[in-house]
Amino acid sequence: MAERRRITVKVNGVEYGREVDPKRLLVDFLRDDLELIGTHVGCEHGFCGACTVLLNGRSIRSCLMFAVQADGAEIMTVEGLAEDGKLHPLQEAFQEHHALQCGFCTPGMLIVTYELLKDNPDPTEEEVRLAVAGVLCRCTGYKQIIDAVIAAAPKMRGG
Amino acid sequence: MKPSAFEYFTASTVAEAISLLERYEDEAKIIAGGQSLVPMMNFRVAQPEVLIDINGIKELDYIRQEDDEIVIGALTRERDLELSPLVQEKCPILAEAISLIGHASIRTRGTIGGSLVHADPAAEIPLTIYGLDAKMKVVGPSGERTLEPEEFFLSYLTTSLEPLEILVEVRIPVLPQKTGWSFVELTRRRGDFYIVAVASILFMEKGGVCKEARICLGGVGPTSIRAEEAEEILAGQVITDELIEKAGQKAAEAADPESDYHASAEYRRDMTRVFVQRGLAEARNRAKGG
Repeated sequence: MAERRRITVKVNGVEYGREVDPKRLLVDFLRDDLELIGTHVGCEHGFCGACTVLLNGRSIRSCLMFAVQADGAEIMTVEGLAEDGKLHPLQEAFQEHHALQCGFCTPGMLIVTYELLKDNPDPTEEEVRLAVAGVLCRCTGYKQIIDAVIAAAPKMRGG
Repeated sequence: MKPSAFEYFTASTVAEAISLLERYEDEAKIIAGGQSLVPMMNFRVAQPEVLIDINGIKELDYIRQEDDEIVIGALTRERDLELSPLVQEKCPILAEAISLIGHASIRTRGTIGGSLVHADPAAEIPLTIYGLDAKMKVVGPSGERTLEPEEFFLSYLTTSLEPLEILVEVRIPVLPQKTGWSFVELTRRRGDFYIVAVASILFMEKGGVCKEARICLGGVGPTSIRAEEAEEILAGQVITDELIEKAGQKAAEAADPESDYHASAEYRRDMTRVFVQRGLAEARNRAKGG
C-alpha cells in the first residue's frame, strides 16, 4: 500500500491541508476531499476539458495530474469566480447569452475563457474559438459561448 | 477509470532521479508533464509500481541561447517554449509546431522532454526535431551521451534511451535569418493528434536559391522520417511551382504509412503529397519575407 502524503494547497484563496493517496487525481481531490464539486470530471483522459482549473495562474486539466503533485500550489476552480454571492461578469454573460444548456462543460468553459480574457483582454472571435476548442460542448454548438465571451470582455476590462 | 496504486517519489536533482531509477528499475516510471502518462494510467494501460516525479528538478527548466544554439532543458513546458521570444525569433518552426499540440491547458503541463521520450509518431515535437539538427543529451549512471533524432527514435513509442537514462537537454541550432519554414498538419479537429504532418525548412543563399531543403514527414510510419530524395530535388535550385509539385510526389513515395482507424494508407500517402506541396509553398513565401 502506497504511503499517504500530507499536502497543502490554496484553492480559491483558502488554504487546505489533507492527506492523500499518491494515486488521487487532482480533480477527485477537489471534488471528493474538498467537496468543491463545481469542477466536473468527464473523460478522465484530458480530452473533454470539463475538469480544467487554474494552477498557479495557468489552465490545466485536473484529471491529468495527481493531487500530490499540487502540493504548495495555488488553484482556482469555477467556485472562485463569483465574489460575495455575486456572479462574475463572465458568468453573467454566460447566463445572458444562454451559453450553457446542460452545464457539464461550463466549469471548463468558464476557466479557459477567464484565462483568455486575463491574458488577452480584447480577443478576436478567432482567439475565443481557439480558447474554447479544447473544451467539448455537446449542447450549444459553441455560438452562444463565443458571444458571451465577447460580450464579457469589455466588462472585465472595466468598460 | 482511475489509476492503480503506486509508490510516489520526488527527485529534485538528476542524480537523485537516476539513483531512484537504479533502485526500482523496471517497476519505475518517470513522470514529467504527465499529459500522456496519466491518461495511460487512468485507463490502466500503464500501471507503474513506482512513480518518480521529476517536476521538482528546477535545473532542467530553461531556455537559453549559447553561441548559435538554443539550449532547452528537458523539463521546459511546451507553453513556455511556444511563448518564448527567443524560440519565436530563432527557431519559429518549433514555436509554431508546439502551438498545435493539444490545447493550451495541455501545453501548460506538457514538457519538451516528455514529448520526445514518449516518441508518439503523431506528435509535433518529435517530427520537427528531425529537420533541425537537434541533439538530445541523455544522462545515466555511467555518464552522458548525445543522440541525433535518427539515433534517438527507434519505433512507435520507442527510443534508444537505456532503462536508467534520463533525457536532460535538447540543443537546436539557431535558424539563419531568411530561412523558409512551414509546419502543416492534417487533423480532424483542432488539437487532435495528426493524421499526416509535414515540417519543411528551406535554407537559402543569395539570389533566392535554396541551398538545402529539409522535408520531415510525420504520421507515415513508426517514426518521423526525412524525405531525402524530395529534398535533393530542391537543393541548389530556385524553387518553382514545378519543383514543389515534383518534391511532393517524391515525398509521397518515401512515405510508408499503415492503414488504421483514422485513415487508410493510400489516403495518408496522398495527403503527404498535398501537405508537402502546401508546406513548401508556404516555406518559400516565408523565405522571400512574404
